[in-house]
Amino acid sequence: MKGWRSARATLIWVALALAIGVPIALAAGSEQLAWRGPVYILAGFAGIIALGLVLVQPLLIGGYLPGLSAYRGRRVHHWIGGTLALAVVIHVAGLWITSPPDMIDALTFTSPTPFSPFGVIAMWAIFTVALLALLRRRLGLRLRTWRIVHVPLAIVIVAGSVAHCLLIEGTMETISKAVLCVLVLAAAIKVIAGLWRKRTLRGESIARQ
Amino acid sequence: MTTVVFNRRNFLAAGGAVLATGILATGVSGLLLPARAAGLAPTETMSGGANNYRKGAAVVERIGKGGFWMSGTVRRAGDGAPLAGQRIQIWAHTVEGQEHEPQSHGATLTDKDGKFRLEMPQIIPIFGQPHGHLAYDSGEFKTVFLRPVMRSAKETSLEAHFVLQPV
Repeated sequence: MKGWRSARATLIWVALALAIGVPIALAAGSEQLAWRGPVYILAGFAGIIALGLVLVQPLLIGGYLPGLSAYRGRRVHHWIGGTLALAVVIHVAGLWITSPPDMIDALTFTSPTPFSPFGVIAMWAIFTVALLALLRRRLGLRLRTWRIVHVPLAIVIVAGSVAHCLLIEGTMETISKAVLCVLVLAAAIKVIAGLWRKRTLRGESIARQ
Repeated sequence: MTTVVFNRRNFLAAGGAVLATGILATGVSGLLLPARAAGLAPTETMSGGANNYRKGAAVVERIGKGGFWMSGTVRRAGDGAPLAGQRIQIWAHTVEGQEHEPQSHGATLTDKDGKFRLEMPQIIPIFGQPHGHLAYDSGEFKTVFLRPVMRSAKETSLEAHFVLQPV
């Protein structure tokens, strides 16, 4: 029994490492890189890593990663959230340096590329969550209030990131990118559905009293 | 038994179609202007068309080592008459340089039929789309910037068409 549990734990971590590592490795082998400057390359990989972090976040908060207590999972979720915001800053800053007019078009929602607004909306949702998380104690937000704010923004982040990424023709390999995007969606849906179920159950038990 | 061909293009097309219907619908309707009663409508500048433009690119035989063809036509708004001798400036992110770099820019003139064709290095995707830039900016007609997108990054040619309006 114990052997199965540790094997399962190892499998989950290996699967997570592959889900994020394979797309990064395949992008690192893209021929496109030959014609890009270092800043552009850095910006691109910051974006891919950010998508990987968007997969980790719900898994942490849902308690799906073995070996982490609920408390540790939440702590790591906070730090990964901060890293995600930083990765997005590097992504945007690097692209701005690479081609200022294209980045300005994207940020002002005047870009001809269909994926840009999805990315920009997800970016603002990430920044909003990060800022509110920093201020949560000061604002005295209770868990329920916090979830009412965070869960809709998390949905925006996940949907926006996936749409942004899928529509881009860049260094990412198509299949590994699609698999990562499906996993991101699945993880988010699973965790949010779990929260919803818990809330409904609680609501019913209160109603019965 | 049906075989589903799963490749990058139709995958992106399927995913993209669902996700971007709203945005594309607004974008495309802007491009497909209905012909006006007065005749051929002038081409509108495309969004992002002027990005990384460098004024006054020289007329050249070929940009860099070539291998990719940019072609198109230039006509007059209203009657659609071909415009000869018009200078069209072309630039893109290619295998020989980034969009803003001088070696990525060049210009060509239209022939007597209003057609132009300029060889340039292979265009590669930049900012998520393989695309080129073209400009008419010579003063006689209203300035127009175009930003055509390649259907696939593997294509070795791209077209863009101008309908210019006298100033």
